[in-house]
Amino acid sequence: MRLPEGGRIDRTKPLRFTVDGIEHTGCAGDTLASAMIANGLLTVAPSTYLGRPRGIFAAGVDEPNALVQLDDPMQLATTVELVDGLAATTLRGKGRLTDEPDAARYDKRNAHCDVLVVGGGPAGVAAALAAGRTGARTILADEQRELGGSLLTENRLLDWLADAVEELDALPETRVLTGTTAFGYYDQNFVACASKTRLWHVRAKHVVLATGAHERPLVFVDNDLPGIMLASAVRQYVNRYAALPGENIVVATTNDGAYGTAFDLAGRVSTIVDSRSEPPAELVNRARELGIEVLAGSTVRQALGTQRIGGVRVGDREIACDVLAVSGGWNPAVHLFSQSQGKTRYDERKAAFVPDKSVQAQHIVGAANAVYDLTGCLDEGFSAGIEAAKMTGFDGEKPAAPYTAREVITDPHPVWFVDGPEGRQFVDLQRDVTVADVRRATGAGMRSVEHVKRYTTIGTAHDQGKTSGFAAIGVIAQLLGAESPQGTTTYRPPYTPVSFALLAGRDRGELHDPVRKTPMHDWHVRNGAVFENVGQWKRPWYYPQPGEDMKAAVLRECRAARTDVAVMDASTLGKIDIQGPDAGEFLNRVYTNAFAKLKVGHCRYGLLCKADGMVFDDGVVMRVAEDRFLATTTTGNAAAVLDWFEEWAQTEWPDLEVWFTSVTEQWATIAVVGPQARVVLAIVAPDVDCSQDAFDFMTFKDAFLADGTPARIARVSFSGELAFEINVDGRAGARVWDAVMATGLPTPYGTETMHVLRAEKGYVIVGQDTDGTVTPQDLGMEWIVSPRKDFVGKRSYQRPDATRPDRKQLVGLLPTDPDELLPEGAQLIAPDTPLTPPVPMLGHVTSSYHSAALERTFALALVKGGRQLIGRTVLAPLRDRTIAATITEPIFYDPEGARRDG
Amino acid sequence: MLLIPCPWCGDRDETEFHYGGQAGVPYPERPAELTDEQWGEYLFVRDNPKGEFAERWSHSAGCRRWFNLVRNTATHEIVR
Repeated sequence: MRLPEGGRIDRTKPLRFTVDGIEHTGCAGDTLASAMIANGLLTVAPSTYLGRPRGIFAAGVDEPNALVQLDDPMQLATTVELVDGLAATTLRGKGRLTDEPDAARYDKRNAHCDVLVVGGGPAGVAAALAAGRTGARTILADEQRELGGSLLTENRLLDWLADAVEELDALPETRVLTGTTAFGYYDQNFVACASKTRLWHVRAKHVVLATGAHERPLVFVDNDLPGIMLASAVRQYVNRYAALPGENIVVATTNDGAYGTAFDLAGRVSTIVDSRSEPPAELVNRARELGIEVLAGSTVRQALGTQRIGGVRVGDREIACDVLAVSGGWNPAVHLFSQSQGKTRYDERKAAFVPDKSVQAQHIVGAANAVYDLTGCLDEGFSAGIEAAKMTGFDGEKPAAPYTAREVITDPHPVWFVDGPEGRQFVDLQRDVTVADVRRATGAGMRSVEHVKRYTTIGTAHDQGKTSGFAAIGVIAQLLGAESPQGTTTYRPPYTPVSFALLAGRDRGELHDPVRKTPMHDWHVRNGAVFENVGQWKRPWYYPQPGEDMKAAVLRECRAARTDVAVMDASTLGKIDIQGPDAGEFLNRVYTNAFAKLKVGHCRYGLLCKADGMVFDDGVVMRVAEDRFLATTTTGNAAAVLDWFEEWAQTEWPDLEVWFTSVTEQWATIAVVGPQARVVLAIVAPDVDCSQDAFDFMTFKDAFLADGTPARIARVSFSGELAFEINVDGRAGARVWDAVMATGLPTPYGTETMHVLRAEKGYVIVGQDTDGTVTPQDLGMEWIVSPRKDFVGKRSYQRPDATRPDRKQLVGLLPTDPDELLPEGAQLIAPDTPLTPPVPMLGHVTSSYHSAALERTFALALVKGGRQLIGRTVLAPLRDRTIAATITEPIFYDPEGARRDG
Repeated sequence: MLLIPCPWCGDRDETEFHYGGQAGVPYPERPAELTDEQWGEYLFVRDNPKGEFAERWSHSAGCRRWFNLVRNTATHEIVR
């Protein structure tokens, strides 16, 4: 029910909401849970596995029971801010993802600060005030809608708090992030914080953790009945939200903390059951003055009732109640501290794991440091704030404390669990795990809480053990007869659940990954190209004409390149400008073949290997000047090759004067391919004599095109045909492509045709026909491995593994049926191999196509000892049939190389 | 996420860097004179200590310079 006065809610702003379809009214300032309690709704959906009745148990992120489905699945009623029209459905276990895309806009933000304070309770506010006043850049993050933490629960120092909030808002270098949960603490004070739609990446020079403490439950028979709640939660609902969960309350505690709940609810509390035989006299006297009976040295053995608690059994007595407020002690919230690699230790007196040693630049203060009196919390907060500011180069006075009363906190007397039927003593309410389940785990020989957790699923629900984790540790200790608890499970991010949509931010849909387009992209789109992704690039795959499928289009494009003239946009090839007096020497050391003596104006195909001798990349290198080369790389490997060059130049050969610049996007490249290529060139570049005598294979010329565009024209071929590559400034690419097409002669072709043409010639594609385990010799490319000079990885070719006769070698395959297309990746076996696993494999198909020139299918493959098997038959067993093929030389077309001169 | 001190650019987030493994493993001066075991050692065998480890990093999304630092592999503290 709603109390007539008090609380931090706005009774003038009623909010309508529904729970399971029934309409209720709450107030601005309510959480869904407080509004439910104000409307008499304490019971939520039954438990996940056992179907037992459950009620609201906590008031914050530690809530195990009150899950609701909103638009988002699995929200905690205790942390959902009430808004008008909210429609909640109580959830038994899992929620449901909506099919609708999330329309909210999520953003990420980087923030740097001198001092990050996590937690806006009294210690955190004190730390932020102290640091902020020095001028240090300070961020204070708190998960709650308003600052104050336990002050709001306990109704204390609210005037000081209001002044502090006002001052923090006014401090120019201080930022207060409310409704923002610091959920992950990573290396070097990198702290990730989540608000509803914004993900903060905070890098702080110093962190003050004021993360508070979580109250522990008590483990006794039927301790899961609705009406059993954490004592601090009851107090918070009454003081902060004026929401009263019951009229006849019993408090069961092991420590001083729950007395505050009893005192604040005096008149509605009949009994305090305290496990300590001698509770502090001051508290006992105060209770008696308020008419509350104190049962010292006692504990609740059993809760009575079926749908909701109706009473408790203490010793032989039965005491009626409609709410039981429990406090099994306090756990410092060391989640972030532990994530930051901080070490905890078990404190016998405080009966809790407390911070022991920080690893990062940080303080941990207040209840998070097991300091539970307000004076102590404020003092630690002010001190930490000042010290943190000083460590980051600021100075100031420690603020004067607003509250200095001496409060003595007496040690608790922990109760791990109370005897009774163990199947009804709940350790994890969300997972429905009981003491009996823990006993099964320890009975099976488990000792570590890490093992028990995984065996019983304790602490693996949405709440990640905030109430159940330590309960389990205590139960294990008692079952094993240990003197004290033996350690916690590992704390991992996130502290509370974070939505994937928030983590993704704007990096989804079209913005998930950058898209790279060539200068001629629009022409390809207008002319019906089908694109394929090559790394981040969009490359034309083939250009189907009306009525053509891919096979027909590719055969037509291939025929044009072999018999007429065809053009391809080759702009995506990686290009690296290499300059310096030692550029030639550098290339000599990284490529398997020699470059130092390459003449200016000439090109050479080169192969790069890693130090282990395996093929890494390939491409044509042009010598532009004595001290300048332009190297091309495969499209997908451009960045890796640049990094590779930098690594060797910087770390191994700093004496070499050589520098590298990526120029991939500075150039647009058009490959003009086919016996009629010279006709196109004569129109587009009339000043260039491209006759056989004037323009040698593997040379290039700088010239002006017909429209005056400066160009570098290279005579190189990746198809075996006569071919020229026209390289121009990227900004001229579209114009020059238009000029080439305006001749009316060439057929445009895409990457699929390029692949077919090169495979017919046995040219490999690094990454398709190689996989990082293939040497040049495996590819039959001994000719490119210089015997005279040394280069990176050369020594590897003498390794026994590199000279094994059964290494996989590149071969050709011709299917016996010329219409059968071998699937790329198909495994190959010898004939008569039984198909009972393990089937010995000979190798696999790396490339496979229909060939227009051969008028049949063909393939490339890596086959063990393949070159010794030329002429033999292999089988590719597929699901529905087996394809037989003959092993051939890996070159199918124009083996004598006659066609490259046109 | 590590905060890595690039000697040229200052402190930057780990995402700007590329890891280069153990520092101080130079490419052998005369590989041809090494035994297979020695060459295999160079290619494949690296230290993997718990504690301080000298390693190479490249500021690949920044100045692209390589440098060495010493990191504690247990605490991720960058020692120097």
